[in-house]
Amino acid sequence: MKFLTEYRDPEVARQYLDEIRKTVTRPWTIMEVCGGQTHSLVKNGILDMLPDEVRMVHGPGCPVCVTPLNLIDKAVYLAEEKNVILCSFGDMLRVPGSEKSLLEAKANGADIRILYSPLEAVNIAKDHPDREVVFFAVGFETTAPANALSVVHADRYGLQNYSILTSHVLVPPAIEAVMDDEATQIEGFLAAGHVCTIMGISEYYPLVDKYKVPIVVTGFEPVDLLQGILMTVQQLEKGEHKLENQYARMVRPEGNPHAIKTLEEVFDVTDRMWRGIGVIPGSGYELKAKYATYDARLKFDVNIPEAPESDSCIAGEVMKGIKKPFECPNFGKACKPETPLGAPMVSSEGACAAYYHFSGMLEELETVQP
Amino acid sequence: MQLQCPMPKLDFEVITLGHGSGGLLTNRLLDSGVFEVLKNDILDKRHDGATLDLKGPTAFTTDSFVISPIFFPGGNIGELAVNGTVNDLAMCGALPEYLSLSFILEEGLPVKQFWEVLVGVKVACELAGVQVVTGDTKVVEKGKGDKVFINTTGVGRLHPRAQIDINRVQPGDQIIVSGQLATHGMAIMSVREGLEFETTIESDSCNLNHAVKALLDAFGPDIHLLRDPTRGGVATVLTEIARDTGLGVDLQQRRLPIDPQVAGACEMLGLDPLYVANEGLFIAVVAAEKADQALAVMREQPYCENAAIIGEVTKDHPRKTVLTSSIGGKRVVNMLTGEQLPRIC
Repeated sequence: MKFLTEYRDPEVARQYLDEIRKTVTRPWTIMEVCGGQTHSLVKNGILDMLPDEVRMVHGPGCPVCVTPLNLIDKAVYLAEEKNVILCSFGDMLRVPGSEKSLLEAKANGADIRILYSPLEAVNIAKDHPDREVVFFAVGFETTAPANALSVVHADRYGLQNYSILTSHVLVPPAIEAVMDDEATQIEGFLAAGHVCTIMGISEYYPLVDKYKVPIVVTGFEPVDLLQGILMTVQQLEKGEHKLENQYARMVRPEGNPHAIKTLEEVFDVTDRMWRGIGVIPGSGYELKAKYATYDARLKFDVNIPEAPESDSCIAGEVMKGIKKPFECPNFGKACKPETPLGAPMVSSEGACAAYYHFSGMLEELETVQP
Repeated sequence: MQLQCPMPKLDFEVITLGHGSGGLLTNRLLDSGVFEVLKNDILDKRHDGATLDLKGPTAFTTDSFVISPIFFPGGNIGELAVNGTVNDLAMCGALPEYLSLSFILEEGLPVKQFWEVLVGVKVACELAGVQVVTGDTKVVEKGKGDKVFINTTGVGRLHPRAQIDINRVQPGDQIIVSGQLATHGMAIMSVREGLEFETTIESDSCNLNHAVKALLDAFGPDIHLLRDPTRGGVATVLTEIARDTGLGVDLQQRRLPIDPQVAGACEMLGLDPLYVANEGLFIAVVAAEKADQALAVMREQPYCENAAIIGEVTKDHPRKTVLTSSIGGKRVVNMLTGEQLPRIC
């Protein structure tokens, strides 16, 4: 497949690995920000191919993982109690709320539909003028423009029965939260390529200066990741901290101006609660006042009390890269994909689930248990 | 598939509860063409059940089909119901002969759609060389079913040279897949409400009994195991083989045959083709020294031109399936917890 197979070439991958081995002289800890990168690192077996000196830790860039428990409860409530058609991306359905997941609500008869595009939810609203349609708008900067556009479209069509339940989160404030944590060991970042495809790279210059860490905007294929790691290690070895763009075939420095304009038209930046991490200032989007009628939270007066998180889940430490999934006493035991204690075990991009599915540790974990 | 039978003229356009009553309406539905379409000596007796003359070891299987939508690119639920049961028999090393066919129809189903499904059954039976010898039709109230559910049960005598048994799988055995992965699942996904995408991907639903017979004719006991990786895909079958034999499975990602369009659709939706459902695919575990010949024979069979050796059974890493990724990294392949869900971004 064009633009994919050449980035999965074993010979090119081997050359990058050799180069990393030649370059590295001491241990470095690098965080890949995006869950898609975590998934690709684990799925392609890259973690075991890297020299021991390069320690990858997995960042908070998994939208499913960081969506607050309370918001899932709200989505379940809307679907079950308000008779809405609740539309969602597929991988949100399995995430446990405080009582149940959307998948369980669906099994109980709630009208919950898996969509690939929020614009499809607008079409459903057009086709069902007698029903309220709510789109569960989660995700990072990558998915936000399409969700914003759905509101613009609904407004253009004059739809009264469409709204979104937003939980949009932003990458740069999350990097700040990671670096501001006293326990952090991160010395360099692979920034999320797709997020930068939308937003461009200018937001990352201040972070490079403030924290004196290299940040390399990186793609998702094996060769992308290896090249991004090499570029980071080269900077670290030279004592440099620059912003570089490995994913230049997709990421323009200015991003996608049309998408940014749509975001600015529809959303304001707001403080946002991150599951497992807490409130990060200026880390999310909410609908502007002029689009308030499309805000499901206001429209339905959803008042669900905050439920406590499982105190046995160390999701926050995992998502800030302080601990690895297998350092959690519950990993693979009480906490498995079929009985997750926290969100990182649910989404395929969650660090815990990625380790659970793809690492060879599972067998050992099972055999040591009585 | 082309409709090969003109639909009979009927004085009703939709299925009603009365068509499942067993009374006059049921008989009118059946007489209107069901018996004629599926005609054979045993069915024509119209008795409560079929009387079969079977000698020797016989395979027996059953399967239910609840697919939505009932018409999909490359087939319909009728063909699927025949092929599914035929293939389950073939995986036992049997030569499929007779099927039962049981419909649960939802009130309000257009008769035209029922007819198309029925023609699908007929064509699939003819291609596989099997006969429907007994059946049933029930109608449930609207909302209590989803258009058409089908149960098929099948019997077939074992191929005289077949020795299909999980216990015969040996270290060194080669794992051959009969065609391209993930085609059926992605064809269905492309027409699911909310996920539609433009593509020419068609389901791989087909019978596999002729290909299996050719393999068994040529290699008999050297074919150690046959499995069809339907729900759960190739990954699930291989992890089951590793679990049940106590041996390891080595899998090579670069050797997996996948249609470029299917691969692209999987990339787009964030699905792993190893876990996507297939309907016209089988995995053969073959003695190492016969694997290349078996592959050559397989590639000459209908629906198997893309067959490939994708891995082998090993003494290393017992009970685990280990995939060597396209760049040479290794990872364990596990069973999925639930169905794969399209990801956010």
